[in-house]
Amino acid sequence: MGIWLLRRLGQIIPTLLILSVLIFGLQQLMPGDPALILAGEERGDPVVLAQIRAELFLDRPLPEQYLRWISRVVQGDFGFSWRIREPVAALILTKLPVTFQLAVMAFLIAVVIGVPAGIVSAVRRDTPVDWAVNGMALFGISTPNFWLGIMMILLFSVELGWLPPSGYVPLTEDPWQSLATTIMPAFVLGSGIAGVLMRHTRAAMLGALGQDYVRTARAKGLGERAVVVKHALRNALIPVVTLGTIEFGRLLAGAVLTEQIFTIPGFGKLIVDAVFNRDYPVVQGVVMATALIFVTLSLVADVLYMAVNPRLRTA
Amino acid sequence: MMLEVRDLAVTFATERGPLRAVDRVSFSVAAGKTLAVVGESGCGKSVTALAIMGLLPPAARVSGSIRLQEREMATLTPEEWRGRRGRELAMVFQEPMTSLNPAFTAGEQVAEVLRLHEGMGDAAAFKAAIALLDRVRIPEAARRARQYPHQLSGGMRQRVMIAMALACKPRLLIADEPTTALDVTVQAQILALLDELKRETGTAIVLITHDLGVVADHADDVVVMYAGRVAERAKAATLFARPEHPYTVGLLGAAPRIEGGAGRLASIEGTVPDLLKPPEGCRFAPRCPFRAADCARQPPLAEVAPGHASACWRAPLDQVLAA
Ligand SMILES: Nc1ncnc2c1ncn2[C@@H]1O[C@H](COP(=O)(O)OP(=O)(O)OP(=O)(O)O)[C@@H](O)[C@H]1O
Ligand code: SF4
Ligand SMILES: [Mg+2]
Repeated sequence: MGIWLLRRLGQIIPTLLILSVLIFGLQQLMPGDPALILAGEERGDPVVLAQIRAELFLDRPLPEQYLRWISRVVQGDFGFSWRIREPVAALILTKLPVTFQLAVMAFLIAVVIGVPAGIVSAVRRDTPVDWAVNGMALFGISTPNFWLGIMMILLFSVELGWLPPSGYVPLTEDPWQSLATTIMPAFVLGSGIAGVLMRHTRAAMLGALGQDYVRTARAKGLGERAVVVKHALRNALIPVVTLGTIEFGRLLAGAVLTEQIFTIPGFGKLIVDAVFNRDYPVVQGVVMATALIFVTLSLVADVLYMAVNPRLRTA
Repeated sequence: MMLEVRDLAVTFATERGPLRAVDRVSFSVAAGKTLAVVGESGCGKSVTALAIMGLLPPAARVSGSIRLQEREMATLTPEEWRGRRGRELAMVFQEPMTSLNPAFTAGEQVAEVLRLHEGMGDAAAFKAAIALLDRVRIPEAARRARQYPHQLSGGMRQRVMIAMALACKPRLLIADEPTTALDVTVQAQILALLDELKRETGTAIVLITHDLGVVADHADDVVVMYAGRVAERAKAATLFARPEHPYTVGLLGAAPRIEGGAGRLASIEGTVPDLLKPPEGCRFAPRCPFRAADCARQPPLAEVAPGHASACWRAPLDQVLAA
């Protein structure tokens, strides 16, 4: 297991390096000249433009620009935002907790709804309960987030006035208000994942319930509850845990649109603003950070899979 | 009688129509005795066992009477039945490789029964589980108890299943081909173990097997099943000495006689009938060398001698066999 972990960690570095080249390269395809945007009023003055380009090394060949950037990134230095003159790392660190809170809440909502729903529909398969749960999962998966978001704002904020339609209050400032501002976007994000988790839990439970060891559990005289929750679920959750971890990563990266709708100042908003302003260091930094989170989570998924699966743990 | 099964019938609703897997099967087993159930694959042995355990899928229709110690099981509520499973009646399944839960240690799976039925605490149950594993001759039981099924060999897993089944000293133990998947030496050890436990605890055993050698060595009585019905029922010794059903004769045909040791069921020409469209009358007729016009009617299971019953119009077979 130790060797496996080392090997797995060893794969991460080349993966991230290749990603960094891709990120840097693709960015060059973005239309618009950052110098023009940064020059603002003075964008007509070639001297100013040349000065800005020289300052930001935009006049150097691309490979040199890349090396300048990446050599500092590996030291943990993501550079400064061109536009707001703040360190990119600091920007990321202030925005990440916002998105993280949103993702955790969305994920909790998804697990609390999706896993029990999957269990119930597997146990009651081919009954109206199963059909109803499947219908809801389909709804959760196929409803576009922006539509659901707007509908929720219309209902709970505009119509009923229960929840603020937008904005964000940090958890540390006012927990209740913080929950009030994030519950709707969290539900919007969580609904789709709940559907995905439900389907996977259902499939895994159906598989487990048909196994010989479930019959053994019944032969012992265990009640249905213990048979389902202890014997079948324990095995069914093994693949679901991995899936859940990956879905959590997607939540962190996939909150862009939802954050826009609810004007939550998280990761999504940071990158959208940066792209519109051609603030390359921020775009690169955010994408690299997202990639790092993803790679880490997939490692976590593998470790969890080992942890819950005795066949691998004791191999 | 410990167990009395009378006119047991089980029907499954399948896509191609109702399938009667077990048709009016009757037999009984006394305390401390072993009844062997033999017959070709698909003749309804496992379905009979599962019916006795109350473990058939809910869609299966079951009729007839199953009495355990004079108590009719059919009138029990599912909850009462559940309370007896694992305590009064236990089963060892045909598939040792897949019958244990891969997510729990061997010891935990045995301990679970003790916690459930004997009200033991965690530590006491685990200790008792180790003792049981030791009892079924698992070497280094304390270490094995902490291992997961995938770390155990097939023979070891089947022993764990047996330990689990015996944990509460059941009145009735059903062993469904407990050794089929295992190699010969392990087979012999496990069967010897069952015999020993039967002597010690007075448990009645229903032993389902393909192996006539096993029947000869370990069974007191035998039920021969064919296509969901009882073809012949007798004391084991009588069955080998004087089979009274052409199917049994066929089975014994290629099997070495009693002293000869292990012998698989002889292959009889022809194939097992399709239970969705069973032949009219005697189900063995298409494969029977002695069939005649009257075999188009179903022969009743009738006694040819006290305690020896055969479902054949020709029984007793002396004359046809002599011919
Ligand atoms: N759940 C079920 N639904 C439909 N048919 C079933 C079901 N279980 C068993 N059967 C059918 O019932 C018949 C008897 O099956 P059973 O498992 O009792 O055979 P068996 O005598 O134990 O055979 P083997 O020696 O191969 O274990 C078979 O035709 C089988 O296909
Ligand atoms: S009843 Fe007829 S067909 Fe059936 S076993 Fe006897 S002789 Fe053969
Ligand atoms: Mg069987």
